Amino acid sequence: METQHFENPEITFQPDHSGGTGKIWKIFWVLSLLTIIELALGYFLYAKGESLGYATILATKCVIGILTLAKAYYIVSVFMHLGDEIRNFIMTIVVPLVLFVWFIIAFLADGTSWKNLRNTRGGSRPAEVEQVKAAPAEKSAH
Amino acid sequence: MAATIPAGTKWWSGGKSPFNVSYGKVMMWYFLMSDAFTFGAFLISYGTIRFSVNHWADPNQVFNSFPFAGHANLPLAFVSLMTFILIFSSVTMVLAVHEGHHMNRKGVEKYMLLTIIGGLGFLGCQAWEWTHLLTGEHVAMLNDGTLSVLPTTVKMNPWGDALSSSEMMAALQKTSHQQLVAIANTLHHGAEGAHHAVESLTNQELINQIASNSAFHATHTGPIAFGGYFFGITGFHGFHVFSGVIINIVMYIKTKLGHFDQRGHYEMIEKAGLYWHFVDLVWVFVFLCFYLV
Repeated sequence: METQHFENPEITFQPDHSGGTGKIWKIFWVLSLLTIIELALGYFLYAKGESLGYATILATKCVIGILTLAKAYYIVSVFMHLGDEIRNFIMTIVVPLVLFVWFIIAFLADGTSWKNLRNTRGGSRPAEVEQVKAAPAEKSAH
Repeated sequence: MAATIPAGTKWWSGGKSPFNVSYGKVMMWYFLMSDAFTFGAFLISYGTIRFSVNHWADPNQVFNSFPFAGHANLPLAFVSLMTFILIFSSVTMVLAVHEGHHMNRKGVEKYMLLTIIGGLGFLGCQAWEWTHLLTGEHVAMLNDGTLSVLPTTVKMNPWGDALSSSEMMAALQKTSHQQLVAIANTLHHGAEGAHHAVESLTNQELINQIASNSAFHATHTGPIAFGGYFFGITGFHGFHVFSGVIINIVMYIKTKLGHFDQRGHYEMIEKAGLYWHFVDLVWVFVFLCFYLV
């Protein structure tokens, strides 16, 4: 039953809305499943945290981070219907967000460097090195 | 997935949206993009500070309680509930948008109402969590070497490393009578008679009582920045949820009054939906940064 349906006059052609709710529920289950996997990994870190090596913890956290990005993709693409927009519009949203790649790497590296300086006292010069150069001896004018 | 474009469409000749998306929706997207940078900057700042210290608060220790579960240790449980509430309210929102595409007013009303209830449920959970942290009682060693009962606030928190037993005994010896009474009282919750009983004990008796109680443990104070970042970022997100609920209520009322039927389209529901999904999207990252890793 398609009732009289005007779209905003700025729109050139109607997007296709004939689909059912099947896709929405499918994405709901995908998001739930991803969240449950994340929680399972989080619980794994909690339960085994003491006995795990640094590399295993880091790898598990990376996997959780990737699952989070997958959830973000599904929310934006399907729930926010960005995937249904025309490509040029998608690009005006997604391309500026690439800045986050630099943003995250640079600042987390900065935090790590800060920690290293804190632990090695690399930030402060040892007192004995800190010397003022002796003033040049005054030349007596003849 | 992108829609097929009719041949001969002059996108940039004026009067038509070059993206086949209305001005309002385009601007909502650009607002959300800028908001994503705001949240991103907050979370990255949090990450920088967290990476710069040797010890950070352990989320499984901080967020391990559940309403009406007393002192049961349930890490991840409450935040899972909050996450699923928000995912579910996102689904009801997208279903409302779907009903709007089919000009089904009753359907939009039903799903908007469910979305509003989900949002209020989430805010209720957050209010409980904040109250629980702000009124919590955990014993921690202050900089002067004495023990004190601390909540989690923006100024201090008790989420540092655990004290060794020798550090704990030394700290107990330095602690004032008043604080020893407060610590002893945290160990027998609620028992009203016990409060008066401990006040009349001497310091040494109190120390013996506290140290022999197996439930007693004390920590160093936690990283000071933890409270500020936690309350700041979850508060900023919670404020987005709150304003999203208000927007959804306005949309619900406008739907009920038949405004969108008169207009001929339910595009406002789509724009409110974009905002609401964004709130869910941010929570996915807050959940990651504060609770999971």
